[in-house]
Amino acid sequence: MTSMTSAPENPVLSPRLRYRRSRVGRAIGWLRANLFPSITSSIISLLLIAVLGKALISLVQWGYVNAIWMLSGDQTGPCRAIRGIGACWAVIPEKYRFILFGTYPFNEQWRPALATLTFIALFYLSTRRSLWGRKLIAIWIGALVLIGVLMWGGIFDLTYVSQDRWGGLPVTLILATFGLAFGFPLGILVALGRRSKLPAIRSLCVLYVELIRGAPLISLLFMASVMFPLFMPDGVNIDKLLRAQIAFVLYAGAYLAEVIRGGLQAVPRGQYDAADALGLSYWKKNALIILPQAISHVIPPLVNTFIAFFKDTSLVLIIGIFDLLTTAKTSIIDPAWQSFSVEVYIFVSLIYFAFCFAMSRYSRQLEAQSRPS
Amino acid sequence: MTVSTPTPRPARWRTSLNRQRISGLLWQLLVVGIAIAAVAWLWSNALHNLSVRRISTGFAFLGREAGMPIADSWLAYSPKDPYARAFLVGIVNTLRVAVIGIVLATILGTLVGIARLSSNWLLSRLSAVYVEILRDIPLLLQLLFWYVLMQGLPAVRAAFRPIDGVYLSNRGLVLPSIPIGEANLWVIGAAVLGLIALYFIRRRLIAQQMADGRTRYAWPYALALLVALPAALTWILGASWTVTIPELRGFNFVGGLTLAPEYFALLIALVTYTSAFIAEIVRSGIQAVDKGQWDAAKALGLRRSFILRHIVLPQALRVIIPPMTSQYLNLTKNSSLAVAVGYQDIVSIANTTLNQTGQAIEAIALIMLVFLTISLGISLFMNWYNARIALVER
Repeated sequence: MTSMTSAPENPVLSPRLRYRRSRVGRAIGWLRANLFPSITSSIISLLLIAVLGKALISLVQWGYVNAIWMLSGDQTGPCRAIRGIGACWAVIPEKYRFILFGTYPFNEQWRPALATLTFIALFYLSTRRSLWGRKLIAIWIGALVLIGVLMWGGIFDLTYVSQDRWGGLPVTLILATFGLAFGFPLGILVALGRRSKLPAIRSLCVLYVELIRGAPLISLLFMASVMFPLFMPDGVNIDKLLRAQIAFVLYAGAYLAEVIRGGLQAVPRGQYDAADALGLSYWKKNALIILPQAISHVIPPLVNTFIAFFKDTSLVLIIGIFDLLTTAKTSIIDPAWQSFSVEVYIFVSLIYFAFCFAMSRYSRQLEAQSRPS
Repeated sequence: MTVSTPTPRPARWRTSLNRQRISGLLWQLLVVGIAIAAVAWLWSNALHNLSVRRISTGFAFLGREAGMPIADSWLAYSPKDPYARAFLVGIVNTLRVAVIGIVLATILGTLVGIARLSSNWLLSRLSAVYVEILRDIPLLLQLLFWYVLMQGLPAVRAAFRPIDGVYLSNRGLVLPSIPIGEANLWVIGAAVLGLIALYFIRRRLIAQQMADGRTRYAWPYALALLVALPAALTWILGASWTVTIPELRGFNFVGGLTLAPEYFALLIALVTYTSAFIAEIVRSGIQAVDKGQWDAAKALGLRRSFILRHIVLPQALRVIIPPMTSQYLNLTKNSSLAVAVGYQDIVSIANTTLNQTGQAIEAIALIMLVFLTISLGISLFMNWYNARIALVER
């Protein structure tokens, strides 16, 4: 090695440098640097490898090697025979239509499927920075109308499907999306109200936010399902899904208000003074100067609130609304399939995970962009 | 540059101020008026509906017999007890899961958060995966999952026995325990008082040491207050500290402490879910500490674990405490998901009461009251703690 003469290798240097020459050497160097740099670290690595290896092997055996993927007919006998040893994935092809779309008329299920795709497209477009502003509001209104038409039908030769028959993934997406679509403007108003100079409005907003945030969501949902009819005059009967939706809007409003308030606090005083100096009215000042800055300050925490909110929609299980989690739980009431709930829960977890993971990735990306380089 | 003196126009100024004031007043009147009208309308509807359904308002029902069985309770309770007692049991059950959950989630979350920053690649990747998976799946789904796993455990006779005296079966987790009698409570109380006294003594000793520079040791006091005093009390009162090991007799366990599967599933779900969030808070708190602090400590030749415990974590705590408070509040509120697996916490008991008596408004008001009180308690404690550890700037 000729380079040795010009730059003698320093024995004190990290092992990484000494093994840089061949690919195997590099791999060994990486292992030494990252898994076995010291005695304690090596012991931890070995322990983890042992535990993880054992867990992975039994997981693969259960979920793949010993698993049953398809069953002929309605016979769950083979699945019962391997219970505890292997997974029965056959429950998924058997039940996935019910889990995804609930009791929506079977032949019309392309409609909720299309609605779900519309939701996904809507979420995707919402992440495009170039569309933010009026365009995005127009897209949202258009998409929500399209989803309403698809789900309800009644026009364009689509048969009418009442809300009682909706279920599964579209209901989860509807609860989350409409909750945010209405909760967001509410949150903005409440956040402004909480920072207003008018004491009566300020205390009303504080009362609203603290009451909603102080109690668990379940009590709010109980209120929507049990107390709401009590508070309505005779003859007024609002659908259960809509009642839950109202509860979610109120819930989202309170949490979003707190996030937006944080953003408002971050807007420098000079911006207010400048807007006042231009003679703008209160509403114009906030809509044109303050809010755009305030909201762009808090986009990452907003996305985190969206994720939390999306997960929280699963709580409607407790008041018996057929969202994705409820259909999953109901699909395994069927005695033949009763003992395969773990497989169904894993399937549903993957769906929730896909949505939340995409959002959290996006939030991290935004955070990286906003960080000064 | 000449400074232009603004021409004073007091009259105009005053009217515009008045106009602002009047419009503000009108806005407030409008909003408050709408709020009052809405509440009054809802209230009159409710009164009407309640009278139609023959439900009397008020909290008189709390004195009536509950007739509701509660399987898992730390307080003595029978279905013949009044609703007030059932609510008390519910509150204790909520606190039991929330307090233990907060302690365990803090420990687990801190460990995972530190592991996330470990130089060991495998350890840090593993904790990242742990955090990502647990954060992105709804808690209720995780709870149902744990509960199903719990039900799928072997029956009592074939229970898992990871260590002697610990049994895991579909009846829950059974642990060895020490039966706590009155004498034991006195001893524990004395030890707690001793701990508080020790705290003040230590503070005094440090203050004295600061004043004259002579080293003073706290350990003789600790020995006296925490070992000698409880030991003496135990001997005087004849308290017994023998550990009872659970035994399988017939179809169930005798002795030991049993954690019902509902409670155990709820605790696991809450602890693991919250620990993922706490791990992220701890990680970002540690990363918020200036890198120079690490470098300076390393230059002094301190070990990594010592730097972490004595230099970095105390500074990170200041960033960690506020978001941690909201996680504690979340855990407490999330404990209400107990209703989904049939663990009888306050929300579950209020819900049963509501179905039995129709007292919807009162039941929900009680839930709100309990949770607002707990939230306030946690916030006050954490604010006090936060003020205590805050940086004292000179």
